[in-house]
Amino acid sequence: MKAAVVVFPGSNREHDIVDAIERSSGQKAQLVWHSERDLPKVDLIVLPGGFSYGDYLRTGAIAAHSPIMSEVKKRAGQGVPVLGVCNGFQILCESGLLPGVLLTNASLKFICRNVGLKVEHSDSLFTRRYNAGDVLSVPVAHGMGNYFADPKTLDTLEGEGRVAFRYCTAEGEVNAEGNANGSARNIAGIFNAKKNVLGMMPHPENATDPKLGSISGKPLFDALAEALA
Amino acid sequence: MATKPAAKRPNDLMGLSNDEYDRVLAILGREPSHTELGIFSVMWSEHCSYKSSKKWLKTLPTTGDRVICGPGENAGVIDIGDGDAAIFKIESHNHPSYIEPYQGAATGVGGIMRDVFTMGARPIANLNALRFGDPSHPKTRQLVSGVVHGIGGYGNCVGVPTVGGETNFHSSYNGNCLVNAMTVGLARADRIFYSKAAGPGNPVVYVGAKTGRDGIHGATMASAEFNEDAEEKRPTVQVGDPFTEKLLIEACLELMETDAIVCIQDMGAAGLTSSSVEMAGKGGLGIELDLDKVPMRESGMSAYEIMLSESQERMLMVLKPERQAMAQKIFEKYELDCVTIGKLTTTGHLVLKRHGKVEADMPVQPISEQAPQYDRPWKPTPKKPVIAAQDVPSHDPATALKTLMASPDLASRRWIWEQYDHLVRGHTVQRPGGDAAVVRLPDLKKGLALVVDCSPRYCAADPEVGGMQAVVETYRNLSAVGARPIAITDNMNFGNPERPEIMGQFVGCIEGMRLACEALEYPVVSGNVSLYNETNGQAILPAPVIGGVGLLEDVDLTVDIAFKDAGQAIIIIGETEGWLGQSLYLRELCGREEGAPPPVALGIEKRHGGLVRAMIEGGMLSACHDVSDGGLLVALAEMALAGNRGFDLTVPKEDDTPPLHAWLFGEDQGRYIVTAADGEAVLQTAHRVGAWAFRIGQTRADGSLTLDGRALISIKDLRAAHEGWLPSYMAQET
Repeated sequence: MKAAVVVFPGSNREHDIVDAIERSSGQKAQLVWHSERDLPKVDLIVLPGGFSYGDYLRTGAIAAHSPIMSEVKKRAGQGVPVLGVCNGFQILCESGLLPGVLLTNASLKFICRNVGLKVEHSDSLFTRRYNAGDVLSVPVAHGMGNYFADPKTLDTLEGEGRVAFRYCTAEGEVNAEGNANGSARNIAGIFNAKKNVLGMMPHPENATDPKLGSISGKPLFDALAEALA
Repeated sequence: MATKPAAKRPNDLMGLSNDEYDRVLAILGREPSHTELGIFSVMWSEHCSYKSSKKWLKTLPTTGDRVICGPGENAGVIDIGDGDAAIFKIESHNHPSYIEPYQGAATGVGGIMRDVFTMGARPIANLNALRFGDPSHPKTRQLVSGVVHGIGGYGNCVGVPTVGGETNFHSSYNGNCLVNAMTVGLARADRIFYSKAAGPGNPVVYVGAKTGRDGIHGATMASAEFNEDAEEKRPTVQVGDPFTEKLLIEACLELMETDAIVCIQDMGAAGLTSSSVEMAGKGGLGIELDLDKVPMRESGMSAYEIMLSESQERMLMVLKPERQAMAQKIFEKYELDCVTIGKLTTTGHLVLKRHGKVEADMPVQPISEQAPQYDRPWKPTPKKPVIAAQDVPSHDPATALKTLMASPDLASRRWIWEQYDHLVRGHTVQRPGGDAAVVRLPDLKKGLALVVDCSPRYCAADPEVGGMQAVVETYRNLSAVGARPIAITDNMNFGNPERPEIMGQFVGCIEGMRLACEALEYPVVSGNVSLYNETNGQAILPAPVIGGVGLLEDVDLTVDIAFKDAGQAIIIIGETEGWLGQSLYLRELCGREEGAPPPVALGIEKRHGGLVRAMIEGGMLSACHDVSDGGLLVALAEMALAGNRGFDLTVPKEDDTPPLHAWLFGEDQGRYIVTAADGEAVLQTAHRVGAWAFRIGQTRADGSLTLDGRALISIKDLRAAHEGWLPSYMAQET
């Protein structure tokens, strides 16, 4: 699997993603600086976590206009899988590849801890190593992960099976107690209509090594490595 | 040269004493210009010159097999094998954090990171030690909130995990909070960058953020006590921009991959002044700066303002002339300024020009070399009486445990550490909440264990014992995760050194630290001194905060504090005499802050530390926790909470077993609690090296805690008490 990880000024989890991809595929992803206008021919594009442009203005808003994003949008339209994690998810929303926005956490505080994550759909390139209903333990690390969209958009996402993950308790209950940041309908990650773009706030890349607490996120990278080998 | 007393002294000597001003006159042979006086003032401030502390700091051991660079550079450097070096330092931002908690704390983190990456290291972990006033003091909540938010706001953005720290509360910090930030970085041992300038004619290059009017005279402000006007000093606090810092880290590390840099120094306290003076001073050279070229974000700045600004995220470097264009390109990529503002000279003078006029022309070396040094009078702290356990009331163990676990100093700090990204970079093996954080190195084999510790109440009661105890507690915490303690960095937080009793605390703490560092072969490689932590004559409890760094050769062997399986033996290593003087039991249950603190036996610390590490390396232990604040039962409760598993505790029925409350809550030093599937093997190993070890119980399958067969408390109730206090305090529910 050939993967490109886009680095924006202020990205800070690009190496975490590179490591996770290498653990599953044995291959090193290529880092691409945001000012590039072209992407190498790759099987997967990742927008990593961090604070692109310091989160100034609005999370992801400035990065969404980086030169590289035209090419990312073009490739996504051609069906190339695109994964956006945390700040990457925020950038995908700001660039219009995914609907909705990420607001400040309901607690008004940054949250770093493992959360329960329920797999909603396993019929995607990203989630096919999971079963629908699986409960994962994956870290979050964000101050603005509170997913918001209007009810019609939320209904469409749910109707089309585009909710990838929901926050839940450790026991798998999707309720207010398990909602880490106040997200609408506990949504933690969503697909685009073709399901080749996934945006999610939790960090599966930080749950790919048993030494670091959890391997709940590894099947996501294993699935990609297998399908895009 | 002899100089007559100045006919006309400026009204404002900018913090210099009359004697110090006379020294300036002698050095210059004339009256200083406004800019020159400002430069002397900041360079000779307590903060920059260590004029009250240097005499004593010099007594600390600073060398060892693994020390590559000790105190005197931007940070300390140790050899961690395989060509790798760890670079680390702790630094205070106490005064600014009290005035403006968010920015004060944020820029504290930013500043210490620059000290580390200046030397060529990528920052891989941050820690912090915080002290706040009494929870009931009206300012405390706002300070906790602002400081924690500021540390997170900066560290999270730059992508360096905040993996550990400690926070305590005491009324002596009502008027002066402590914010000490530590950064640990990783570099190649043969690619360390220093601040000594070389090569007259070489360009002096300014990189990073633009200079504004923030933080002017910050170093001077931090070298004086507060009165009721503390809030008016807000303009002396700097404003941080972590996004720029992140870009600066990446740009500097990229440039450091090349051979372009002759020397480099961050612009921290005293900004452009200290960086240029230190560089030139160390190289025995002069330096000439055209201040018109300094990137500025405000118009009309004077030479004085430019030189004394403490605007953040700036670095000064001397480059090889032929590499300037390449450096320019790297900084352009990150959209940062990179401007040649002057050159090195052979004159030995610092020459500053602004609008074509010479604003300063002064010899460099005397500024740093002839800074005043004081041997301040000091008075030893009177010894406190030893408090006998029999003279301390006994409370019901369950009630006492619950009270302690929910007390401000022992309650869970989850509310704090969950606001810090402690996982970014993907190498955090042991997260906050244990004895020491463990961060894996990129080779995936080795790890660094990191911790900060200090018990100010011990230091106040007996500075020498307290200083010693701060060092040995870090030693124990590192040993408890299986790491070999290598070196420390120290942050000396004290009151006004011009008062002999405060100076006596400083001298005592240093002496205790010296003894501990020597006995444990655990040198000091970097540090920082923060004096004048006083408001209206009320000094803080002395806090020599120690940041310890340990090495794990095989990170997979580390153990944490959590109970693992049911039926495992619980063994205490180290003798329990039931020392209640200065204990949290005495304070929280009996309302008394009294007595001598527990003595420290350095030989025993060394033996027990080595024993625990050997057993962890040998895979004999399933969990390990050092016994400190709150004593044995608190340590056991913490292990139970971490593993979500109860225990059955049996009190030894020996002749010399102390009274129950003293056995449970005494704070005797040199102790660890360990669990093991094979308890007998642990006892034998311990006894073989002459260590005191005793089986005191076993882990349970369920969540009950029992003492001699009687139920104490359930994990659920214990957790509610322990986790509840800080969130409900911050939500103003208590």
